[in-house]
Amino acid sequence: MSVGIITLIVLAIAVGGFFIGRARAMSLVGGDARKLHSLPGYYGQLVLIFAAVPAFAALILWLLVQPMVIEARIGALIAPESIAEGSTRDLVMSDVRRIANGIDQLVAQQVLSEADLRTLSTEQSDLRSRMADVGVALGSDVVQNVFEAAKEYRRISIFARMAMAAVVLLLAVTGAVFAFRRILPDFRARNVSEASFKVLLIAASFVAVLTTVGIVLSLAFETVHFFRLYPAKDFFFSLTWNPQFRGGSDLGIAPLLWGTLYVSFVALVVSVPVGLFAAIFLAEYASKPVRSAAKPAIEVLAGIPTIVYGLFALVTVGPVLRDYFAAPLGIGSSSSSVMTAGLVMGIMLIPFVSSLSDDVINAVPQSLRDGSYALGATRSETVRRVILPAALPGIVGAILLATSRAIGETMIVVMGAGAAARLSLDPFEAMTTITVKIVSQLTGDTEFGSPETLVAFALGLTLFVITLALNVVALVVVRRYREQYE
Amino acid sequence: MTPVQSPRRSLLTVDARTRRRNAAETRFRAYGIIAVSLAMLALAVLLYSVFSNGISAFRQTFIVMDITLDSAALDPTGQRDPAAMAKVTTIGYGKQIEAALVHALEAKGISSAEISAKDVSALISKESPAQLRNIVLANPALLGSTIHFRGYANARIDGYFKGRVSMESAVRDSNISPAQLQLADKMRATGLMEVGFNWGFLTGPDASELRPEAAGLGVAILGSLYMMLIVLVLALPIGVAASIYLEEFAPQNRWTDLIEVNIANLAAVPSIVFGILGLALFINFAGLPQSAPVVGALVLTLITLPRIIIPARASLKSVPPSIRDAALAVGASKMQTVLHHVLPLAMPGILTGLIIGLAQALGETAPLLLIGMVAFVRDFPAAPPEGFFDPASALPVQVYNWTQRADPAFAERASGAIIVLLVFLLVINSVAIVLRRRFERRW
Amino acid sequence: MNTMQKVENALADSEIKIGARGVQVYYGTNHALKDVDVDIADKTVTAFIGPSGCGKSTFLRCLNRMNDTIVGCRVEGQITLDGEDIYAPTVDPVQLRARVGMVFQKPNPFPKSIFENVAYGPRIHGLARGRAELDEIVEKSLRRAALWDEVKDRLTAPGTGLSGGQQQRLCIARAIATAPEVLLMDEPASALDPIATAQIEELIDELRSAFSVVIVTHSMQQAARVSQKTAFFHLGSLVEFGETGQIFTNPQDPRTESYITGRIG
Repeated sequence: MSVGIITLIVLAIAVGGFFIGRARAMSLVGGDARKLHSLPGYYGQLVLIFAAVPAFAALILWLLVQPMVIEARIGALIAPESIAEGSTRDLVMSDVRRIANGIDQLVAQQVLSEADLRTLSTEQSDLRSRMADVGVALGSDVVQNVFEAAKEYRRISIFARMAMAAVVLLLAVTGAVFAFRRILPDFRARNVSEASFKVLLIAASFVAVLTTVGIVLSLAFETVHFFRLYPAKDFFFSLTWNPQFRGGSDLGIAPLLWGTLYVSFVALVVSVPVGLFAAIFLAEYASKPVRSAAKPAIEVLAGIPTIVYGLFALVTVGPVLRDYFAAPLGIGSSSSSVMTAGLVMGIMLIPFVSSLSDDVINAVPQSLRDGSYALGATRSETVRRVILPAALPGIVGAILLATSRAIGETMIVVMGAGAAARLSLDPFEAMTTITVKIVSQLTGDTEFGSPETLVAFALGLTLFVITLALNVVALVVVRRYREQYE
Repeated sequence: MTPVQSPRRSLLTVDARTRRRNAAETRFRAYGIIAVSLAMLALAVLLYSVFSNGISAFRQTFIVMDITLDSAALDPTGQRDPAAMAKVTTIGYGKQIEAALVHALEAKGISSAEISAKDVSALISKESPAQLRNIVLANPALLGSTIHFRGYANARIDGYFKGRVSMESAVRDSNISPAQLQLADKMRATGLMEVGFNWGFLTGPDASELRPEAAGLGVAILGSLYMMLIVLVLALPIGVAASIYLEEFAPQNRWTDLIEVNIANLAAVPSIVFGILGLALFINFAGLPQSAPVVGALVLTLITLPRIIIPARASLKSVPPSIRDAALAVGASKMQTVLHHVLPLAMPGILTGLIIGLAQALGETAPLLLIGMVAFVRDFPAAPPEGFFDPASALPVQVYNWTQRADPAFAERASGAIIVLLVFLLVINSVAIVLRRRFERRW
Repeated sequence: MNTMQKVENALADSEIKIGARGVQVYYGTNHALKDVDVDIADKTVTAFIGPSGCGKSTFLRCLNRMNDTIVGCRVEGQITLDGEDIYAPTVDPVQLRARVGMVFQKPNPFPKSIFENVAYGPRIHGLARGRAELDEIVEKSLRRAALWDEVKDRLTAPGTGLSGGQQQRLCIARAIATAPEVLLMDEPASALDPIATAQIEELIDELRSAFSVVIVTHSMQQAARVSQKTAFFHLGSLVEFGETGQIFTNPQDPRTESYITGRIG
């Protein structure tokens, strides 16, 4: 029974329960809803909630846990010698899954019966070509040991599927019956239904907390793993980044951190003055028509995905900077450079800085402006001496958030900054950043358990900690600032 | 006590100091105008760059000719049995196309004597035999008849008609020669080649490194669509429920404060960190398949949730307390008050936030790279829900993929794909704007 | 009556500081002020009274061109300061406002120190040559605003930390630090408690020795207590203008009488 069908059945039980529950409540009071404690619909809702929620919770939990349990059991069946040279347990496991899938298809097409399967061995039949016939491509011939594992995998999977269906449906029915039997005219159905509903609301708001916990745990877990293979001291203090395929890599974060900070610095040098002045102009100077035209235009920049900026850096800004600036001046010959990525990232951050600044500038009370104008101050004096100092905490918060964005930005630097880890001051040289290396280490061909791959988690954790610190400081600063004028 | 006296001058003359101050004022204003203009200029250059590079991806050079399908070669058994016919590979079909092309050239009176037969057939995309094979396998009855075939021309020929390849560059290019380009010119003049709108770019799957002319966005668009569907289904209820709890029910304590700070922080956590979470949690831990839309969608949901909750809460907050008081005063429960009165009034704002969150999720790239959506996927995912677990690509990832390939024809396609992405975003955001205009309420 | 005594003394040595002729104000299409003629004397307190929305604040804001900052506001007619048209095209409102100071309904100290609040005006207008002179201006202004003794030990403390009445006196000190000739006060005591109000009123009476003071007020008692001349506005028109004693005891216009006896407003 597939998940989709189970879902539909549970939904049917729940919706049916709703109507039965409502009808039951009405019949208990002879059709006079006034004698009920709650509106009849609430009795129905109660049955619906008790039928659907536990069943779906169990379903989701089962779907998450089942693969882990099965993998653990099957993994034990695979003999170490059946893992070929250059292969890994993970790859063999995925073969097992594909073979099991292939058997399913063979059975479904009635090429193979369950009885045949029991006696089938890899020696007698060319399993690989038969699998290929049903669209399951295998890299090599099937080893008996793996084949047995696949059959076991299939057996457990089928059993687990059925067990899941049974458990989930049983829960749905039990829940519905339980709720149904408690329906009495005096029963406070609305209160119970609302309380259950509130529990769901609370659960929903927990998703965000769980996400953070998940991020921290997954990063920390693999980082610890990494530090067992590679000394933490070298990671933080080594000045070279030079991953090797066959071990002996230098994995110092310094050049990556430098590249990240350098690119972010260039981006802020572009975006902060432009964004801030644009915000000041739009908030204090622009007439209504100008403001209503320019503000959305700048906000369009914020709506453009970063991949677009990345492409812009790659095909336009990079070559232009190289051909018309760096190359003629003899200061660089690479189209990917700190300047390219920084400039484009700066453009991306302009709307970010300007809309946040616009908010904080508008939060400065009009009475302060009036006070300043009444003393004979010009607009620019009012802005520089009254509004900006008053809005300063908010603007600092905005810049910190922009910095956090710049440090965590990925696509622009992947496509614009280059891949060479370098500690250099020349902005027209290609450099690389933490995010670039996270992508390249995790999408490369290296083995998952190797330090070269695991370093990505340590980089991710570093990135998370830096941005977290910036965000929290910025949020606190901005919050204080808002409270000041509320 | 006497007031501070400075020499009074007439109001009608502007003194030197005021002139200086006014000059500073003008400069300051000019900085503002320059800043706004720079931002607008950047936007204009960005859009111009994307459109000028990418608009040509929607047009493609085709070879149009009649092909007589030789049943002896394409169905050796003569049984019209699809399984047996499938044994004929694209090489067999390639020979048919080559023969048809030579025939068509002769019929049009174009001499191709100075070019080798191999070079002549190189004008045709390597994808064309597969195209022809699919046509025949779909309809075996065509065998033996003459069909009108419209197949892709080679990317270099296409580039020649779009100005990317020139006679000069062809001299240095080992993949194309000036003689071939001259032949292409003649073919175009006689109608054997035509340049037209390329539906295949929007509907076809990706193609290999050697056949940029056949690369399409079909799988990527479908993959993005699947992900957006799942994100919508997950993020709307969870986001609304979380906002309702935090705004209407949560007690004012440190725990609530923690959740709030946490959500605000999650909205600013780099998206690539979510990608690492997805890799570690959904793929390595839970064992979900790589490149699957469902994994991408789960990651995008987690990214999008805080971006939805924040505007949703603002929208709930903007419903005046008097509405709540009115409902409570007639004896509605807190939950009834919220669900019957506050939520409907806040819904337009919540939906606007949701749509904008979806638009951002649609353009998100980095986290998808980490969960393996960079893989080369040629097969369309199946229909949902099983299709959610099939490998697929996504629009922004497809762009990245194409930029990583050597052939310049892929750069054009990457920009073209960006145009498609931007059009989608434009449509989505317009819906949000219309929604806001239509239902915006001022209290 | 004490007030009457004061009025007579004051009116003796007054000269015209601000003259308004045929002033019309429009907010967009709304005709907010109709044909107002007023002469405001130097070294006198002039009170504008009238019900809410009668145009008295609007007129006050015309006198230092604060209406310029409101989009869609248009002023017609002639307003002169010392005989010069303040709406003449060559006049820079920045210079005008240095000479016509203003205090607002709600105290609006800048979020800076007490010292910086008062020094702001002299700084932007370049009134002080050096720190010592600036210190002197600040001290004089604070003394004049009767705030010096309360804040002299904490000049670097933020101005927003003062009590409401102190904040308003700080704003008065800030306004007089630029050495204006006219002080406009828009209901300066309406946000204050009775004790702070009494202090402000006392202060206004003292300021009269150096400035021409124009005060908009809601309270007829306040107008009677502090002013020598009173103008009554109703529905955008100036109904009656005269000596305060005469307006309150023997109004010429029936509308004025209705207002001061509490029948309209």
